[in-house]
Amino acid sequence: MNNPKTKRVKKYKSVYAQPPAQEANESHILAILVNNEPGVLARVIGLYSGRGYNIESLTVAETNHSEHLSRITIVCNGTPAVIEQIKSQLERLVPVLEVSDLTVECKYIERELALIKVACTGDKRIEALRTADIFRARAVDSTLESFVFEVTGTAEKINAFIDLMTALGLVDVSRTGIAAIARGSKAIGA
Amino acid sequence: MNIIKAAQKQSKAIKKSKAIEMNGAEMVLQSLVDQGVDTIFGYPGGAVLPIYDALYQQDRIKHILVRHEQAALHAAEGYARSTGKVGCALVTSGPGATNAVTGLTDALLDSIPIICISGQVPTFLIGTDAFQEADTVGITRPCTKHNFLVKNVAELSSTIHEAFHVARTGRPGPVLIDIPKDIQFANGDYVGKNEVIIHTHYKPNTKPDMAAIEKAVELMANAKCPVFYTGGGVINAGSEASKLLRELVRETGFPITSTLMGLGAYPANDDQWLGMLGMHGTFEANWAMHDCDVMINIGARFDDRVTGNIAKFSPNSTKIHVDIDASNINKTVAIDLPIVADAKETIKAMLSVWRKKGYKADQAAIKAWWERIEKWRAINCLAYKKHETIIKPQYALERLQHFIDQDSRKTYITTEVGQHQMWAAQFLKFEEPNRLMTSGGLGTMGYGLPAAIGTQLAHPDALTICVAGEASIQMNIQELSTAIQYNLPVKIFILNNQWMGMVRQWQELLHGERYSETYTEALPDFIKLAEAYGGVGLRVDNVDKLDGVIEEMMQTKCLTIVDVCVDEKENCFPMIPSGKAHNEMILSPDAEKFDKSLV
Repeated sequence: MNNPKTKRVKKYKSVYAQPPAQEANESHILAILVNNEPGVLARVIGLYSGRGYNIESLTVAETNHSEHLSRITIVCNGTPAVIEQIKSQLERLVPVLEVSDLTVECKYIERELALIKVACTGDKRIEALRTADIFRARAVDSTLESFVFEVTGTAEKINAFIDLMTALGLVDVSRTGIAAIARGSKAIGA
Repeated sequence: MNIIKAAQKQSKAIKKSKAIEMNGAEMVLQSLVDQGVDTIFGYPGGAVLPIYDALYQQDRIKHILVRHEQAALHAAEGYARSTGKVGCALVTSGPGATNAVTGLTDALLDSIPIICISGQVPTFLIGTDAFQEADTVGITRPCTKHNFLVKNVAELSSTIHEAFHVARTGRPGPVLIDIPKDIQFANGDYVGKNEVIIHTHYKPNTKPDMAAIEKAVELMANAKCPVFYTGGGVINAGSEASKLLRELVRETGFPITSTLMGLGAYPANDDQWLGMLGMHGTFEANWAMHDCDVMINIGARFDDRVTGNIAKFSPNSTKIHVDIDASNINKTVAIDLPIVADAKETIKAMLSVWRKKGYKADQAAIKAWWERIEKWRAINCLAYKKHETIIKPQYALERLQHFIDQDSRKTYITTEVGQHQMWAAQFLKFEEPNRLMTSGGLGTMGYGLPAAIGTQLAHPDALTICVAGEASIQMNIQELSTAIQYNLPVKIFILNNQWMGMVRQWQELLHGERYSETYTEALPDFIKLAEAYGGVGLRVDNVDKLDGVIEEMMQTKCLTIVDVCVDEKENCFPMIPSGKAHNEMILSPDAEKFDKSLV
């Protein structure tokens, strides 16, 4: 009866250590200056997925055409230790020139742009335009039964606008993700 | 300098020098020659035929034909690790490249500088699921330090030179260059090594911050219970780093331990040497790590096999961490004083500050510390029960070391992965750096034989011994054929216990002795196997005959397999059980009464 083959395993044991206690997560905005070469975005994203880091938002575009440099802005969350790891892991990538953690290094401005489609008629149409006015959103497309609004601001402001529009017939949303830049005269990579 | 200006300057420089036109395949070989490559390990295939054609028509680079691409990478690792140079491999597209992935990952985790050149289908076929097409740069992106796909022959030679720069600069690692077949055929101007302007931004810092050095040396001078904990970074920093390390350790009088990858940087016969640390490290090394007040980590990365339970890891010490890779700082262990720099530069700076300021270690405290260490040492943690007839694996290695000591040749050891690897680290004595080739980070079974081939090629007159297990050796057993082809007198010392010993040990300790699939019921006859390939096979299953067989092995002039039939049930001790701290390790005599439910 005591055949070890038939004994059920109750408690699992492993040669790996127990996971450590988790600290609270923080959200950080990283500005990354990279050489705009093939595969560079895959390297950055692959690092996040490969090492189990979280991305909340990501934007990328070439910002210096003569030197072929792109700027990637990533909003990511993790414990302070994880964020420090992310930064130093990014810095070891060969095409990465500089990584700046805007959240800890400086005061910064963040903006996101969203295109928001609302389908409504009658009073709801008027209410949608009035709300858009309060949020300084512009109607960039209009039909008899719909609007497309363009709105910029922080992620919170856009969230709030979307919440209000939901009640008025929100049908589609496109967001750019956060772009951010340090206040003052200093530039990244300078 | 911005990159455009650099590129303009580069093209001017090329115009000034006499540009030599050649095809892509010739460019590959010319670049390798310029970079000092004399040996390349590879396997031909459709997408690299132009390069093989160019190889055929020259005699500056020796090509070693392996039997599997994984082995090409491991052989290149053995070559690189034993010489300190960059190792080179050449593989074809598709399966050639995917077979290379294990070797690339191995080199990445152990920081071995490797250049791997892979063929690719012609540029116009990329993305069409062509025959033997694989997304090689995509597949190898996370397992290389960097990789390139060359889509223009004008960039080929400069890309190869840059790849070498990346592979050997900073923390070394594998770099892959994927070259489509049409690029190998295309003609272009060759750019020499000195005419290339390397990516201006890839310049890892190697010089230590002197303020941090001063602080570190002051901490060392005031330490009561210090310990040096060194790793593969010291070996990668060159033999000068090991020399300086010896001076620093002797001048301070501190004890020193090292990781598996760092063995040999400090001589194992020295009194200050505590042996390897970690899961199967010595009792004295682990206790010293746990109880120290100042830890000086040079070129090691707090691997989980080294630290044991992180929460209980060396709780009362001030930790100095010297690493060329900033991402290793605070990765798993919080560091008090980080120094991001090359190991050699750092040790040199530490020595000069130590001497300049006339520091002396706290003699009384260090003496008391050594007295404690001697008590741990007296436990004799590597002791094992000898048997009258059955060969204990530890005993076999002790006898092997005895005969190595008698031999006048330089000795290089490679290992496979498992119990035998840990026993080799415990029982063989490494006195010089670059003498141990082992798969530390990735733990790749099948590493040892190809690595021995690469090592023997780099050191034709040396004694190269692959310490193996009967399971591991079979993972790249086909390489016996390579060793025979190039007359390499590699000695394969198999500690044959018929089990995948390390896995079996874990099943015994962690899985209620349910030995799932770890017994090999059908092993080959290793004597006949050696003979089938054209080598010599020896077997020993009795203590009395062991010395004679090892002696015979030492005298053979060709590939030799020694099948040492050892105790089937021997476990590797001492051991830090999972979730336990350095000071909770169990010793061999404890093992019998060890309550396995505690693990």
